[in-house]
Amino acid sequence: MKNVLPVTIVLVALFALWYAAAALMNASLQEDMFANAGHTDYTTAELVAASLEMERPKLPAPHQIAAELYKLTIETAPTSKRGLVYHAAITLEETLIGFLFGAAFGIGLAVAIQSAPVLNRSMMPWIVASQTVPIIALAPMIVVILNQFDITGLAPKAVIAAYLSFFPITVGMVKGFRSPDPLQLDLMRTYSATRRQTFAKLRAPASAPYFFASMQIGAAAALVGAVVAEVTKSEDGGLGARLLAGSYYGQTVQIWAALFAATALSAALVGLIALAGRIVLHRMAFTR
Amino acid sequence: MTLTQTPHAETTIEALHHVIEISDLSLRFETRDGPVQALSNIDLKVERGEFLSFIGPSGCGKTTLLRAIADLETPTSGALKVNGMSAHEARANRAYGYVFQAPALYPWRTVADNIALPLEIMGYPKFERDQRVAEGLELVNLAGFGKKYPWQLSGGMQQRASIARALSFDPELLLMDEPFGALDEIVRDMLNQQLLRLWDKTRKTVLFVTHSIPEAVFLSTRIVVMSPRPGRIQDIIETGFPRQRPLDIRETPEFLEVANRVRHGLRAGHSYDD
Repeated sequence: MKNVLPVTIVLVALFALWYAAAALMNASLQEDMFANAGHTDYTTAELVAASLEMERPKLPAPHQIAAELYKLTIETAPTSKRGLVYHAAITLEETLIGFLFGAAFGIGLAVAIQSAPVLNRSMMPWIVASQTVPIIALAPMIVVILNQFDITGLAPKAVIAAYLSFFPITVGMVKGFRSPDPLQLDLMRTYSATRRQTFAKLRAPASAPYFFASMQIGAAAALVGAVVAEVTKSEDGGLGARLLAGSYYGQTVQIWAALFAATALSAALVGLIALAGRIVLHRMAFTR
Repeated sequence: MTLTQTPHAETTIEALHHVIEISDLSLRFETRDGPVQALSNIDLKVERGEFLSFIGPSGCGKTTLLRAIADLETPTSGALKVNGMSAHEARANRAYGYVFQAPALYPWRTVADNIALPLEIMGYPKFERDQRVAEGLELVNLAGFGKKYPWQLSGGMQQRASIARALSFDPELLLMDEPFGALDEIVRDMLNQQLLRLWDKTRKTVLFVTHSIPEAVFLSTRIVVMSPRPGRIQDIIETGFPRQRPLDIRETPEFLEVANRVRHGLRAGHSYDD
């Protein structure tokens, strides 16, 4: 654990900067509040202290966010709609379902592209173009269209999560399927192996590192999709809905708490996939 | 110059005698810098059971010729017959095993599973696969290493596994493209001896591409000296050594004489020029 010290130093510096920024940003607002309350003689220390404890700050201090997180996760019941656990579960469900479908579609598309290179030239430009449309504009449209077909609730959000996650998976897997070097492919030729045999015995196992890397990206993208979808249609809850609610009511601390919860969720997903990857790749002798 | 060449139509017995027949073979690559004549009017007949080395500088076409025999490259003109069939048919019939310069083992498979790879592809049943793998490991002195992974083996051992893999389906021909090029000299000497023993035991026909004159002279019954630009056969030399030969043979005057002939051929083919 030799690299704990640099990380710690960076974290401490980050926190120090954060507190400084919070104090600076909230100071003017706090001054106005003091003026409105008739409170005129206050020291700088009092101002700083007060601006770090505001109810609706411009930038919450870390301890405020931590306190809010604690209140909303540990002190509130998991089933309560006011707590973050309930909403995180909704977001997680959408993310996982969307990610599963996105991964299946992404891998399937990669296999298709590998077997029929003509698909690469005909479809890829369209797929790339589809990914460049800002999701925040596309999400409401997808939700409305799906509502027309009576697909409501969790499904449209899972669709958007799948939509954002399949592309990096496709790109990564195609690269993975193409990763064996010409020597290996020549060897397969000398055995007169069929395309399917070459795929099953060589290309597929060789793509394992690319699989786990692209899954990590896909998982993070799926979460982003779910949160964005929730922001655009927030009646069904979720962390995105909490973000929106917080911004409606000016509850900055609530916004940041929801943000941190989403980040933690993303980190956990990506971390789990990375861990699974390390184990599997070690077993496959890609890493020692 | 000793060429094994029959003047006209061969009898059936002689046709079976020659595993590979190449006549007037040429291969031209079209590159961005213009056409490259990799092979030019190659005539060669390979007899059953012989150990034939190809030696020459880089760019003389020896690897290209080996690949053409393996149907990994297509000649632009000329005739090429392997076991009486076209190269393509011979490949479909699994007539040869190919050993590359790098072992090219799959890191995610054990050594035994790597040797079994061609057997799986060719549809051998499990018990036969296991049997052949065991025999293959025994043949290259890797018995007991079957359950290990390639990263646990040294370069020389990996290359031996690769040879076992090439021989697992018992092809008649063994094509080897500088298989020991990446190994140090001591390991090379050991593997040369092992290869000779293997060749003597299995009676295969071996085509061996190398850069090393001592290696070519030590291993072969015949040496094909090639020269570059365009790639062609400069000389074919019979070595005349007994099938079982010790490493000490490299000190004998006969050996040095053959090596000198090879060097002379290389010089005549402008291999030592810039």
